[in-house]
Amino acid sequence: MNKIKVNIDNTIVEVDPGTTILQAARQIDIDIPTLCYMHLGDMGIEHKPGGCRICVVEVKGRRNLAPACATECTEGMEIETHNIRVLNARKTVMELILSDHPSECLLCAKAGNCDLQTTAIKMGIREIPYQGEQSTYKEDTSPAIIRDMDKCIMCRRCETMCNEVQTVGVLSAINRGFMSVTAPAFERNLDHSECTYCGQCVAVCPTGALTEVDHTNQVIRHLADPNKVVVVQTAPAVRAALGEEFGLKPGTLVTGKLVAALRRLGFDYVFDTDFAADLTIMEEGTELLERLNKYLSGDKDVKLPMLTSCCPGWVNFFEYHFPDMLDIPSTARSPQQMFGAIAKNYFAEKINVKRENLVVVSIMPCVAKKYECTREEFSVNGNPDVDFALSTRELANLIKRANINFNKLNDEDFDRPLGESTGAGVIFGATGGVIEAAIRTAYEVQTGKKLEKVDFEQLRGLEGIRSAKVDFDGLELSIGIAHGLGNARKLLDDIRQGKSQYHAIEIMACPGGCIGGGGQPLHHGDSSILKARQRAIYEEDANKPIRKSHENPYIIQLYEEYLGKPLGERSHQLLHTSYFDKSKKLIEIEE
Amino acid sequence: MTSIKVKLKEKDVAQLKQVCKEFNNEAGELINVLHKAQGIFGYLPAEVQEIVAQELNVSVAKVYGVVTFYSFFTMIPKGLHPISICTGTACYVRGAEKVLDEFKQQLNIKVGETTPDGKFSLSCLRCVGACGLAPVVLIGEKTYGRVSPDGVKDILKEYE
Repeated sequence: MNKIKVNIDNTIVEVDPGTTILQAARQIDIDIPTLCYMHLGDMGIEHKPGGCRICVVEVKGRRNLAPACATECTEGMEIETHNIRVLNARKTVMELILSDHPSECLLCAKAGNCDLQTTAIKMGIREIPYQGEQSTYKEDTSPAIIRDMDKCIMCRRCETMCNEVQTVGVLSAINRGFMSVTAPAFERNLDHSECTYCGQCVAVCPTGALTEVDHTNQVIRHLADPNKVVVVQTAPAVRAALGEEFGLKPGTLVTGKLVAALRRLGFDYVFDTDFAADLTIMEEGTELLERLNKYLSGDKDVKLPMLTSCCPGWVNFFEYHFPDMLDIPSTARSPQQMFGAIAKNYFAEKINVKRENLVVVSIMPCVAKKYECTREEFSVNGNPDVDFALSTRELANLIKRANINFNKLNDEDFDRPLGESTGAGVIFGATGGVIEAAIRTAYEVQTGKKLEKVDFEQLRGLEGIRSAKVDFDGLELSIGIAHGLGNARKLLDDIRQGKSQYHAIEIMACPGGCIGGGGQPLHHGDSSILKARQRAIYEEDANKPIRKSHENPYIIQLYEEYLGKPLGERSHQLLHTSYFDKSKKLIEIEE
Repeated sequence: MTSIKVKLKEKDVAQLKQVCKEFNNEAGELINVLHKAQGIFGYLPAEVQEIVAQELNVSVAKVYGVVTFYSFFTMIPKGLHPISICTGTACYVRGAEKVLDEFKQQLNIKVGETTPDGKFSLSCLRCVGACGLAPVVLIGEKTYGRVSPDGVKDILKEYE
């Protein structure tokens, strides 16, 4: 392909046809500011509505300034990115955006992590000369996400995530001109929409317009209450990303520091969701084998493929969009909820504390987990199994507020019994990990043989949809993996049409799995960060002495002392759930 | 949004689905489909938007986005007696605005709205070609000429 030569700020750069001015400039380290533009590298998503106009540049021979993000280079183009005309225009654009934005940075949840703020600082804006009406809109608080549209700059990144990546279709620009706002249909609140709370909109929002519900103050209150025993569990993906909030390189494992920090914050017991992940494998793996063996013995009613059910965003998605298929996912609860049920029953009994006096906090890479712990079926007499779910970001804030120098902490180890886990539990945090963990256990249970090689490389990776065959001692198991709800939808449509060839499918709502969760440190679309987190997860797995869930001694003890056997009566009561048809349509037809 | 639940007639729904089919259920035909839908129902209640979304395989939020963007589309049903006040140049200079204000006050609704009992709706239009009668008001098919604010009450009485 012939290259195109362009001149940017007196430097000649050669680019492929189709390259935008913005991309060409970045190739020679010229950082043109952007706001609405979003590029999610390996996910293949480029959002360039050209709406905010902050990236304007002057192209010689062109009358108007051109948006760099949406203008393609042509041969011989001469571009200036910072002449006086460009700088003045860019400043005016910023001042106009800010004239309709509340100046309450001191109180904003996104302060310090806000693209609008960063850009305003970069441009040295010191006053807003334009004063007029500011757009106001009702605030919308759901169990997981807060929408404060007064802070929206209409970049519409959230729409791209919601509609194109996740195919959830909740958010759309409505009304026009000054009145326009991004909202669910009929301006319903999120909790009356089909929102899955995956939080990908929150993860890409450049301002404080979309944020997670903050539960840190409630947690602090409980920690200070002498009558409460406060237990914490941390999800596998948190340890692979939390360090980024303290300036550590992406992919730095901070498991030991995380435990030390939680102990200093005053949690009475520091446990691990990975333990519950091992428990999930015992239940879900057994369920898979039960369905598979029924199918192999000729039972045509058995539902295959079996879908994983750990991800609350995914559970919401199929409850809204695939209500005809509620019997396909595993009935196993997510690790967060299994942990809650075991903590508030088995563990509370063990340490002789009343359920009401035991508080379970979870640290999650996720926004949807906040919603999940409010689901009615996961509470007893109004007392939830998990009281609060904090995101990785919220935990980082909590640690900073408590004056803890995170990077200088010495490594500490989780408490027992609910803190012991295997490598299989750890890999739940990356796409493909749940099904790999399930196979490690299912293989040994099904074949009665020892699994020599526990690493299933064919199940790992970051491609949106993957498939692999696994040999179960002569029986070939067909596995599907999807991450990102848009990819999940494709596999689901195949199942609906009877075209699916899989025995089991793992689905995670967020691109990358939990490592790319809506509650993680913001990765700004840099997929190298996701890859680094993924490497960290598999590194932790490889370093574990035990790497198969059914070999976890405390899991064995739990079954012996309390649960009986997987899929047994007590398991059914505490560790399994059922799903609901949430596809509420308004339509009523009169004959 | 409207909070009143609307029951759609089966034959209207069938006609709407037929319209979608005529446009090959293509998402790109959304505006054309909505145009026809408003022709069938007189307005675009949420329920109609849901059917269109389903048939064209687009999100309801997107349909709602289009409906709220174009001023031609309305989610409010017209009243039994739709009132249109001409605000063309001739009517305007002869006091149409005062007449309009009187209607607004008498009915306690704004332009584009319908009274809660569904009896009257209020809209403005530009020139009906009867400038000699200015200011002109249309109620349904009937034309009223040389309307003064004082006469509004009597006009409305005819429809009680």
